[in-house]
Amino acid sequence: MNGEPETGRGYLEERGWRSWAYTMDHKRIGVMYLCTTIAFFFIGGIFALLLRLELLSPQAKYFSDHAYNVFFTLHGAMMIFLFIIPAIPSGLGNFFIPMHIGARDVAFPRLNLASYWIFVAGFLVVIASLVSPMDTGWTFYTPYSAKTGAAVATLSFGIFLIGMSSILTGLNFIVTIHMMRAPGMTWHRMPLFLWGMYATSIIQVIATPVVGVTFLLLAMERIFGVAFFDPSKGGDPVLFQHFFWFYSHPVVYVMILPAMGIISEVIPVFSRKPIFGYKAIAYSSLAIAFLGFLVWGHHMFTSGMSPLANAFFSFLTFFVAVPTAVKVFNWIATLYKGSITFEAPMLYALTFIFLFAVGGLTGPFLGALATDVQLHDTYFVVAHFHYTMMGGTVMGFFAGLHYWFPKMTGKMLNEKVARIAWALVFLGFNVTFFTMFITGFEGMPRRYAEYLPRYHVENVISSIGSAILAVGILVMFWNFLQGIRKGPPAPGNPWRALTLEWQTSSPPITENFPEIPVVTDWPYGYGEPKGRTA
Amino acid sequence: MSQESTGSRRTYFIVYAALVALTVVTVLVSYVNLGLMNVVVALAIASVKASLVALFFMHLKSEDRLVWGFALVPLAFLALIIGGTLLDTMLR
Repeated sequence: MNGEPETGRGYLEERGWRSWAYTMDHKRIGVMYLCTTIAFFFIGGIFALLLRLELLSPQAKYFSDHAYNVFFTLHGAMMIFLFIIPAIPSGLGNFFIPMHIGARDVAFPRLNLASYWIFVAGFLVVIASLVSPMDTGWTFYTPYSAKTGAAVATLSFGIFLIGMSSILTGLNFIVTIHMMRAPGMTWHRMPLFLWGMYATSIIQVIATPVVGVTFLLLAMERIFGVAFFDPSKGGDPVLFQHFFWFYSHPVVYVMILPAMGIISEVIPVFSRKPIFGYKAIAYSSLAIAFLGFLVWGHHMFTSGMSPLANAFFSFLTFFVAVPTAVKVFNWIATLYKGSITFEAPMLYALTFIFLFAVGGLTGPFLGALATDVQLHDTYFVVAHFHYTMMGGTVMGFFAGLHYWFPKMTGKMLNEKVARIAWALVFLGFNVTFFTMFITGFEGMPRRYAEYLPRYHVENVISSIGSAILAVGILVMFWNFLQGIRKGPPAPGNPWRALTLEWQTSSPPITENFPEIPVVTDWPYGYGEPKGRTA
Repeated sequence: MSQESTGSRRTYFIVYAALVALTVVTVLVSYVNLGLMNVVVALAIASVKASLVALFFMHLKSEDRLVWGFALVPLAFLALIIGGTLLDTMLR
């Protein structure tokens, strides 16, 4: 940004579509990302409900097997690539990283806007692939993906573009955090959300090119017949899995680390206590990012990989639990003897800890070689994944949306409705997915439209749970819309939080702060004398 | 960035000539049967070429430690994906 601001207009005041389409304001770009990704959350959610509808009956009743395959592929691909990866980093991250470090914008505002429009180009290509929709599952495994008549090359090109957008966003955030911090904002005075986002950005920049290259290789095999993965011509289908998971395992930390950052913000605010173990939480983000690159092979224990590689990846997998547990124990220590209040952001943050702990503790069953052979590709994996990603990341996202809603919109939410929605989401989620641990443990395989009658009761329970969950989410977003339309004006700092975004107006002015703040303290000194760092 | 910090025109031409020469070497070596070593030699030449591009054309030579860190750390991850994959494919 050049020079000091001349005006103090709210960032939402300018009207007209051009003011959004051409904006280089990180906050508006963040809002555009949020709206886009939430739209895909709903579309992906509709596919999930269609799956649950089909699974009400042991026999295929409503859709063909092919349609079922398409539904779970699109549910996975949209939720992963168009919602859960970009939602927190590109949406909330874009909005709050510059505000957290006391800057007026990101380091490269024009690149930021470009990354959004590349994302749009990517999802348009993904939508174009629906003329011959994918039925491979979101993992695109060869050899099937190299042979199916579905539009694999089109969809993978769309994801290639989305990946490019993700790299540009990560690059922008790394430079922003290094170069744009306000005077006095040392690394150890940064809010923990930033540490999570910094670790996330590094993964985005390092890992995403690998999946881009992998999809290019797949496209070359499909279009030009270059046999990278076809064993009949000297290729290796397991090689695809190596490349795919070298990206796709670290990327689960792209999903979860920003959510953990949100939890680290919400817990101390609503406990009115300094965060416990600031440095441990901060550096555990980097440790998770690093360790996440070492364990991709644990997705491939039944693929025919070498026994030594199996043992190696299984052994390393257990190390991921250490920095993850460091975070969870520090959050619990923060809660201890705090003056806890249960507003909606805190309810979702506590839900995150509970559900993520269940998801995390079921991980070792899949990381251990012996039990993974039994549980691989069963509903146990589906349950584990949803407990970590939906129970973790999405609950963290909901916590962030409720926490920052007053800042982003300048309006307060109806707290009572927010709590009702939370109760429905919590109940619906657990009814849906805890049941899947049981069906998976009993041996029901995933990705089939039909199943043995002995799994019927569990599947009906899961489907009922998914309906409750859907109602809860609809109530939550109805509350958001009502809040935007009719909510009472939000004060600058309704939660009495200490991070910098709360020290400016709600909604913020275009330039974020009337003057660049000078930071003299860490942002978690609740009930402490001023002037200390972590 | 000044001409001093990015190198002289003469340096660029020397680097360019080196890149062309190394490309010729790559092609020539491919005609010699060295078994598995063909891949090793080709990758070694490619690594030298990439280093020249990064050092001179991308000005890494005159950058500070932070930029060097960001340039080198991904190489460790590249080694990781190659090593981890070989652990499977060589011992399967």
